[in-house]
Amino acid sequence: MNVIDVHDLTKSFNGKTVVDHVSMAVGRGEISGFLGPNGSGKTTTIRVMCGLLKPDTGHGTVLGHDLLTEGLRIKREVGYMTQRFSFYEDLSIEENLAFVARLYELEPVGQAVRDTLEDLGLYSRRRQLAGTLSGGWKQRLALAACLMHKPSLLLLDEPTAGVDPNARREFWDEIHARAADGLTVLVSTHYMDEAERCHRIHYISYGKLIASGTVDEVVDNAGLFTLLVTGGDLAEAQKRLRRIEGVDQVAPFGVTLHVVGTDHDKLEAAVRQVSSETGSQWTKGETSLEDVFIQFMANARDNMA
Amino acid sequence: MNTLFSLRRLHAIILKELIQMRRDRVTFVMMLGVPLVQLILFGYAINLDPKGLPAALVTASQDQYTRAMVSALENTGYYRFDYLVDSAEKGDRLLENGTVSFVVTIPGDFARRVIRGDHPQILIEADATDPSVASGAISTLSTVAAQALLREQSAEVQSAREKARELEVVVHRLYNPEGITQYNIVPGLLGVILQLTMVMMTSMALTRETERGTMENLLAMPASPLEIMLGKVIPYLMVGAVQVLVVLGAARFLFGVPFVGSMPLLLGGIAIFVMSLVLLGYTFSTLARSQMQAMQLTFFFFLPSLMLSGFMFPFRGMPDWAQMLGEIFPLTHFLRVIRAVMLKGTDFVTISNEIGALFLFVLIYAGLALLRFRRTLD
Ligand SMILES: Nc1ncnc2c1ncn2[C@@H]1O[C@H](COP(=O)(O)OP(=O)(O)O)[C@@H](O)[C@H]1O
Ligand SMILES: [Mg+2]
Repeated sequence: MNVIDVHDLTKSFNGKTVVDHVSMAVGRGEISGFLGPNGSGKTTTIRVMCGLLKPDTGHGTVLGHDLLTEGLRIKREVGYMTQRFSFYEDLSIEENLAFVARLYELEPVGQAVRDTLEDLGLYSRRRQLAGTLSGGWKQRLALAACLMHKPSLLLLDEPTAGVDPNARREFWDEIHARAADGLTVLVSTHYMDEAERCHRIHYISYGKLIASGTVDEVVDNAGLFTLLVTGGDLAEAQKRLRRIEGVDQVAPFGVTLHVVGTDHDKLEAAVRQVSSETGSQWTKGETSLEDVFIQFMANARDNMA
Repeated sequence: MNTLFSLRRLHAIILKELIQMRRDRVTFVMMLGVPLVQLILFGYAINLDPKGLPAALVTASQDQYTRAMVSALENTGYYRFDYLVDSAEKGDRLLENGTVSFVVTIPGDFARRVIRGDHPQILIEADATDPSVASGAISTLSTVAAQALLREQSAEVQSAREKARELEVVVHRLYNPEGITQYNIVPGLLGVILQLTMVMMTSMALTRETERGTMENLLAMPASPLEIMLGKVIPYLMVGAVQVLVVLGAARFLFGVPFVGSMPLLLGGIAIFVMSLVLLGYTFSTLARSQMQAMQLTFFFFLPSLMLSGFMFPFRGMPDWAQMLGEIFPLTHFLRVIRAVMLKGTDFVTISNEIGALFLFVLIYAGLALLRFRRTLD
């Protein structure tokens, strides 16, 4: 049975639909990435799934509990890490963790706190006030706190925003180690490299879920073709390609232009023509996840306009 | 796992609140500074028994009886005759514009009437806008006046006594005929100080969490509304207890307010009152969206309750509608309890209605707060 299994979730604020018929399934031990531009409804979806918001419509289960009637049970069984740091800045790391341990009635409190401090390498800073911690340490405290009661599902809302690459790497290693032990994780993120570390990804735009699957599936299903242009007058090639129908994206990557389109024949014709004009070479390329997301965003803009 | 109430979770919240309180200097200022400053400011500014108040003497004659009367009045220490005028109108004007607090009128025929034993009269007009000012001065009058006459007429002791008995001191309390007694002030101040600080501090209880972004986490964890409410108000009961000790101590040792009633009854009444206040503040915090709004709600409540509770003006002197409105404030009932118990030594049965009313406030506010509390972020 899926750990998250929700259908047709809809949520609106003041008449504005923020989550629009979102369905999602996440299996046990799976790390699912939740992607989408700012304001697309990721946080709201996660809040609905952990019982902090009531959905307007939709149904489903989280950890086997009914989303509509067992919100309180879901709330206490998932580990939820909020997007904004939401522990007490005037409490030390240790005091924050003790507060959490007592609320979850972990026994004995001192032992639970010590174990968590050591487990997440927070011991040396345990007496520091949370408000004085840097981004990486705050994130580690938040992760420690939401792991304390040993949840089988983690909902992480942009956990690595404002965290340096090293801490980010450690964080993901931590998550993967725990997923290997059976922990299920849904994590929202902006970073492509993080998306690629997920078993599956879900892409949401303007409240609608528009792609789900493994990274390869999402890339394949997007139906995009990518050609790489090098050499010659690349700047001129970029300018010309942008104006031609059948070319959806032109993005320079170092000395290479990624040229992306949905119609293979039209795309190839355009690239062949421009390359000969500017003295460039072209080859077939791999469509990247980033290409796909940029395409999604462009499409969404067109739909809204 | 019990979802409605667990002592351990309550304990968790109380501990956390106490740590936060300890790290927040404002708490200590509110807890000790505010009550002391207010008490000393109001307690001394509202001088309980002022002396040497300016007075005007209206008299036409300078006979021995008049002089004896004036010096006797001055000897009480209450009067200081700054003005000697010859007409009642001039005296009244001085009283009206506040130059003097009293006008003493000794009629021109005073001496003649004393000698003839024909109902001698003196008239004292007192500015009673602040009644406590006048009360001490007035209460000593009759004896002082009588004794003065007695001394003047020592030769004919017997008949003088009779005549003295006939001396009539006519007192006109002007502008506010009903007097508040002095000791009303300090016990009342306890209620006012508790109300201001308790309601204000607890009204921030939830808005602070919301504004700092910690509310989302608190709601995501297994704390029930009842636990959150109690966990947040109980630490303030402790703050209230400290304030009560400070104010009662000051009442006793700084102001010499008598404690004639039962101490347990008094403390019990105070405890229920403080309970109603912290729950009221907490209710405000479920209504307000920001700390600013919480503050505004507190003051919106504070002023009318100050005016209509009987603290500022005698309760029974207000129009009926104002009295009815006054009944909805815990302070009103608390003032009756504390004045009755502290000053009159009233027993529980006599004030059980008032204690019952306070208890009702506790239930109403707690119910309201629990109803208003949102377990989700909707
Ligand atoms: N409580 C709320 N009231 C009103 N609008 C909200 C509320 N929460 C979120 N929104 C709006 O819903 C949209 C989606 O927000 P959010 O779920 O936070 O997106 P994301 O996490 O993907 O950036 C935004 O436009 C945001 O302004
Ligand atoms: Mg978000």
